[in-house]
Amino acid sequence: MRELRIFIADDEAPARGRLKELLADIGGELATHVVGESDNGLDVIDRLPGSGAQVLLLDIQMPGMGGIELARHLCVVEDAPAVIFVTAHDRHAVEAFELNALDYLMKPVRAERLAAALRKCAVAVAAGRDARGVHEQARRLERAAGAPREFFSVAERNRIVLVPVGEVLFLKAELKYVTLHTGAGEHLIEEPLVSIEREFGERFVRVHRNCLVAREAIRGFERVADSGGDEPHWSVVLEGVAERLPVSRRLWPAVKGVLPEGKA
Amino acid sequence: MSSIRQNPFPEALPDFRNLGVTARVLIGVNLLALLAILLSEPGWGNVLNTYVMAASMFEPPLLASLALFYVGAPWLLRLPYWRGCALVITVALTAAAATHALLGAFAPVGLARMLVLTALASALMLAYLRLHMRAYSPALGEARLQALQARIRPHFLFNSLNAVLSLIRHDPRRAERTLEDLADLFRALMSDGRSLVRLADEINLIERYAAIEQLRLGDRLRMSWDLDSAPMDAMLPALVLQPLLENAVYHGVEPGTGVGDILVRVERRGNRVLVRIENPWLQPGTQTRAGNHMALDNIRERLMLFFDDEARLDARVEGTRYQVDIDIPYRGRA
Repeated sequence: MRELRIFIADDEAPARGRLKELLADIGGELATHVVGESDNGLDVIDRLPGSGAQVLLLDIQMPGMGGIELARHLCVVEDAPAVIFVTAHDRHAVEAFELNALDYLMKPVRAERLAAALRKCAVAVAAGRDARGVHEQARRLERAAGAPREFFSVAERNRIVLVPVGEVLFLKAELKYVTLHTGAGEHLIEEPLVSIEREFGERFVRVHRNCLVAREAIRGFERVADSGGDEPHWSVVLEGVAERLPVSRRLWPAVKGVLPEGKA
Repeated sequence: MSSIRQNPFPEALPDFRNLGVTARVLIGVNLLALLAILLSEPGWGNVLNTYVMAASMFEPPLLASLALFYVGAPWLLRLPYWRGCALVITVALTAAAATHALLGAFAPVGLARMLVLTALASALMLAYLRLHMRAYSPALGEARLQALQARIRPHFLFNSLNAVLSLIRHDPRRAERTLEDLADLFRALMSDGRSLVRLADEINLIERYAAIEQLRLGDRLRMSWDLDSAPMDAMLPALVLQPLLENAVYHGVEPGTGVGDILVRVERRGNRVLVRIENPWLQPGTQTRAGNHMALDNIRERLMLFFDDEARLDARVEGTRYQVDIDIPYRGRA
């Protein structure tokens, strides 16, 4: 069998060194090759997709971006590596993984456990991973995370582009995609609006069956008189957005309460 | 009560150098006098006059006794509790008798009555202060437990062990040193959090702790120490500085992507000991970590238990830095 290509992400240099020692120790049984290492989450997002890594050994507590959110963003690219979490102690995550039988290792890591986890990955890599599995993993990670992400991720030419959640003014569902609108542009993501609403309920409010808007961006509401057969309805005015987004009649009572006092 | 037996309450006189104790005694005695006068004077008009009259008799012995207790506090504290109480009452009685001898002509009551009142007031105040300390005693045990739980961050323990493992093959000597540091740290963590320790020991402890963090975090952690004017013989509750430094690393350095500067400064100013621990303030949103307030509250509570109202702990964000300041009275070894 060919060497398994491995990427190590951990913010502590001694911890990365220890993993490399262990990989060398089990080399006789399972040949591996470290194709990259990184000490922060955002850097991993940048460098991992081009590295050709098949397995990512990923610390959960990392600066820049924590391991769990990172793993969720990896799910958007094709041929994402298999992820093995390596954690010192993250009780909640560990519980979640136990329930979902995801791979994780506890620091300090034992050579036999590392070898066993890598063998599983090697089998998965040889079999090829199906897309359904990736989405399933993303869903489990969402449950394990317990907190909203800080970024949306978009796959562009097999790179991962991160869009900070704070920059998104509104999201519109169209067919099977959701379009993120920021002040600077638009991005397509492949996530249902419902799950975004569930995750970011604090930040975005639903104004229409197909539309969420950032509460902070709301500047006011306009009454649109009936024109060309449309019924008269309210629409929402957003900071820095020329487009007026219609508010559905059913949601209007909830939406009109969002505007802070004195901004009518 | 079994909980008291398991957690024996140290019987000790109140610390008469503590401002809180002195204030409680002054207010307490004056309230007792006022109460007695309100009970005996039927009309409102005479209350103030009588109070001033009485005050001229009881304030001099009260203040004189408190001054004597202040001076003799280190010595008083070493006496067994009951003998100490007897001494305190004797001193108060002597002061009262002396006052009566000097101002007897104006005295509204005879010597015998004055001595009885003094003995009763002293006994009441001692009982009150004892109850006050008792009330804090379970809190003390609990605070210690919380301190233990808050201190041993499993995250830190396992990452440190992992770091030691990484050293064993190529730098066995440093691995040994790190294990020794870990052992010292855990010995301190598991010791009785109710005791006072010398500042020198607490500083030694946080230096060892910092050495372990330095190994894990490498260049990302930059420690500056400003300890030149630290009063090494000052006494403070155990494990006050270490959790603050641990917080500084956990919240200010680990979640950041750059280099994190931590400053530890301890100095003596007059009869105060000032401590500042400062770390970078990372904007919330970039991986905020919870649990800071529990540690701060716990430390504040323990400082209060030892120093009453004379201790202060403040935490604030100042520009890009997060600062924790502690201000406690300077007490040399008693």
